[in-house]
Amino acid sequence: MKGMSIIIKTISSWIKILIFLFGIYIIIFGHLTPGGGFAGGVILASSYVLIMLAYGRDYSEKNLPLPIASKLDSAGALMFIAIALFGLFYGAGSFFWNFIQVKFFADGHAAFDLVSAGTIPLSNIAIGLKVAASLFLVIFALSTFRPAENNDKE
Amino acid sequence: MAEVILFYFLMAFILIAALIAVETTDLLSAVICVGAIGFGCALFFLFLRAPDIAITQIVVEVLALVILIRVTISRNATFVTGDREFFASVVSVVILMMIFLMAVQVLNSLPAFGDAVFAEVTDSASKTYISQGMEKTGAANIVSAVILDFRAYDTLGEATVLFTSVIGAAVILRKRPRKLPEEPQI
Amino acid sequence: MLYALCFLLFVIGLYCAVVKKNMVKIVLGIVVMEYAVNLFLIMLGYRIGGIAPIAGPGDVEHGQMTAGFINASVDPLPQAIVLTSIVIGLGSLALMVSICIRIHEKYGTFDITEIRRLKG
Repeated sequence: MKGMSIIIKTISSWIKILIFLFGIYIIIFGHLTPGGGFAGGVILASSYVLIMLAYGRDYSEKNLPLPIASKLDSAGALMFIAIALFGLFYGAGSFFWNFIQVKFFADGHAAFDLVSAGTIPLSNIAIGLKVAASLFLVIFALSTFRPAENNDKE
Repeated sequence: MAEVILFYFLMAFILIAALIAVETTDLLSAVICVGAIGFGCALFFLFLRAPDIAITQIVVEVLALVILIRVTISRNATFVTGDREFFASVVSVVILMMIFLMAVQVLNSLPAFGDAVFAEVTDSASKTYISQGMEKTGAANIVSAVILDFRAYDTLGEATVLFTSVIGAAVILRKRPRKLPEEPQI
Repeated sequence: MLYALCFLLFVIGLYCAVVKKNMVKIVLGIVVMEYAVNLFLIMLGYRIGGIAPIAGPGDVEHGQMTAGFINASVDPLPQAIVLTSIVIGLGSLALMVSICIRIHEKYGTFDITEIRRLKG
């Protein structure tokens, strides 16, 4: 899989940055505007899928190596569970208790700010990492497979 | 009322795309028609006042099209050959028609389209989320507050399912089967 | 009526999954059923003339939501459930597609009636 023509390579090398930034924007502002961890994570994954389609599999593996991707996947899941457990052990809380909101923002002075809403932005970041890494790994696994005798022309 | 007419147009578009996707013999056309259904659904969600879902649906649809075209394009069998036996098909269609007619009877007993069902129930969960979600969690996006604070267990389960699907795809598409060390060589 | 049309979409997907012989067609039928269910759930929470459940600075007075927002917002609960359902659908679609690719490599066909016979 050598990748596509020079035009597509040049344009996708410009556009991948914009897609990546848009994904990060959607994740960070997820508690104020439409979007959130799910949509932003899928957008981040699709920027890497664009690199994979335009440049070929080897370049994309150099860009985001598979061990790092699987570690990001695990880091997202662990971060989400860590947030939940902090809520359980910090104060008289319960699982997924929004302890930051109750301790610091309870009077509502930070409403509609970027730093507000307690654990929700942190959970958004965790879910975004998780979804992006998982979908990248799935599509990478689908694209690496080539049958033995039935030769694909990709 | 103009909105409901728009909904009927969108629904007709989606149904026509679904019929073409089911009945065409070319697999690539079928996949593209399923993409049309997905983008029609995204428009529908946007007009049903669900912008979160619309964004997610559009992005997911792009990735799903990439995955589906991956399975169809470089295979030598891209054309479909016929249905199953005639008798079995007829029986299936009759049973599906009966299911549809019964379901129409049931769906007529629901409240009409556009009447908010949750607003008539006293103390419904949705009302609580709308009226107190902002002051309890501080998040202006109430959908985000529901999925990450009130019902975060759902999101935890979703993360688990996604993890399982990654592991499943990786195991199924593994290059060569791993041999157990104590397996006797024949 | 819109509910019934939405169920018709579900029945079309079910027909595709039950009657067709090609494996990719079956996967497409399951995907169509999933879209129909998502659409139905979102439709249940809609109210005519409603607004999206996202508060702006004008919707809060003295720390409380205004009555205009409470009485006009659509239901946020089905939206939250469908949001997770869509992403799970993408994961399960990838799983189904990988199974299809594996079977095509082993048997050389997508036709499930030919797959049924055992082949060493």
